[in-house]
Amino acid sequence: MSSLSIIWTLAQKELRDALRNRWFVLYTVAFAALALAFSYLSLAGAGIAGFAGFGRTAASLINLVLLIIPLMALTIGAQSISSELERGTMSYLLAQPIGRVEVFLGKYLGLALSLLASLALGFGISGVVMVLSGSGAADPSAYITLVALAYLLSLAMLSVGFLISALTRKASVSVGIGLFLWLGFVFLGDLGMMGTSMAMKMPIGSLFAMSLTNPSQVFKMAAILNINATLDILGPAGVYAVHHYGQSLLAIFLATLALWAVVPAALAYARFANRGDL
Amino acid sequence: MIQFAHLTKQFGKFTAVDDLSFDVSPQAALALWGPNGAGKTTAIKCLLGLLKYSGHILVDTLDAKKQGKMVRRMLGYVPQELAFYADMSALDTALFYARLKSTSPQRAAEVLDQVGLAEHGDKPVGALSGGMKQRLALGLALLADPPILVLDEPTSNLDAAARDHFLHLLSDVKRAGKTVVFTSHRLEEIEALADNVLVMDQGRMLMTCAPGELPRRLGLRTQVKLRLPDGQLDSALTVLQAGGFTVSRNGVGVLVDVLASEKARPINALHDADIEVMDFEVQ
Repeated sequence: MSSLSIIWTLAQKELRDALRNRWFVLYTVAFAALALAFSYLSLAGAGIAGFAGFGRTAASLINLVLLIIPLMALTIGAQSISSELERGTMSYLLAQPIGRVEVFLGKYLGLALSLLASLALGFGISGVVMVLSGSGAADPSAYITLVALAYLLSLAMLSVGFLISALTRKASVSVGIGLFLWLGFVFLGDLGMMGTSMAMKMPIGSLFAMSLTNPSQVFKMAAILNINATLDILGPAGVYAVHHYGQSLLAIFLATLALWAVVPAALAYARFANRGDL
Repeated sequence: MIQFAHLTKQFGKFTAVDDLSFDVSPQAALALWGPNGAGKTTAIKCLLGLLKYSGHILVDTLDAKKQGKMVRRMLGYVPQELAFYADMSALDTALFYARLKSTSPQRAAEVLDQVGLAEHGDKPVGALSGGMKQRLALGLALLADPPILVLDEPTSNLDAAARDHFLHLLSDVKRAGKTVVFTSHRLEEIEALADNVLVMDQGRMLMTCAPGELPRRLGLRTQVKLRLPDGQLDSALTVLQAGGFTVSRNGVGVLVDVLASEKARPINALHDADIEVMDFEVQ
């Protein structure tokens, strides 16, 4: 059997397990229900169809993505390796004629697909509401870009979750670390950055560079840029970024999110592959 | 077929396997015997590539360290601690591992039938009894019809009836010409399956011998509790002590210390002296 078939077999199992995981289902349902509610309320409040309606819906979805998607991706990523190590199923799996790279890629692919399914459901429902209300035609490409950015964010968080999982042996520990990081990325990130910049009297360029160290911030800036074409609402740092990087800003954000998806995953694999004793 | 050469495995400062070297011939059954912590399971995990080690393990001409995937293709493994996905059915589990081992889906149903689990295919693995799980593990090990079977304490968690059934299945597998390597500390298992026994202690090989020689070579002893009719206890004690046994009074019977391979000897001695043994128990 080729490596691809083995990876796909493992991915299918992960996908099936994720869809049976009650936390994952709960997050998905919450995301879909809130996406539907926000879309409906944003469009109803807009009064008129068109870009204003789309902008409000998109802004609501950005906040929703920022809250739920990192939580979902970090949690399932954090459980991916450590829970199997803890139960002993990983040891039995690796006693089969398969390689660690296949196990890692199969798990990652399966969980990435389950996140895609979850996002597709939430954004799909929201998209249908917008199309039915007539505002969906305002800017479909901006909406698709928003979905792509949300998916990149989910992959970045999934990779961070995998890294935590590869570094620990107990699922409870890895999920705890994942939740702590979620708090850091989503809630404490802004405050920390504000505090640091004030305390250290940080130059505006450094503040912008520092914001790239948080994938949630990167997603937020990219998503706002995508629907608004300017980062003025983010204050001086946003103005600096638009002025300094201009047209290449979205590419910088995309590349940063991609790096967040690739680097922690590569580190997680390196740890998993070199874990001597199972 | 399998060659261990100077295998050493350390966990920090603790040496679990220390310079272990032995060969296993094709179609032979080798038992690794030893107390807990002797290094048996560690040696098997090294063969499977689950632990890093120094030294060499060759299967045919393949190096287990460098060509682990190809080596594992030649092995079927039954672990001591059965770790399956509890919510997956027995048949789905077999199908999952059949796909990973590149065997046909039909083979999954065949092995379930072979190990007597055909009618339990729909049950979640978590709902199977210990004996059924052990048979499932054997079935999964046989999926790709590998030439070598590796079993780690295969009957340690089974009751007497399930152990008997499992040993029958293993005997069939052995007769089919598989090379078998297994760890055990049960004498009856060694005698039923092994052609050779490798005795380990504290990570080192102490000796190799035939299964029949093991109790005598190791001086393995056990205690037999004999229940005797009222009024015959004293004469039984006298007969057994005269026969050279170390014996003590124990409630309504006596407790006799014997070689593990000579458990019937005190019963025969009492029978020859016309003392009836009402019941016995091996401790």
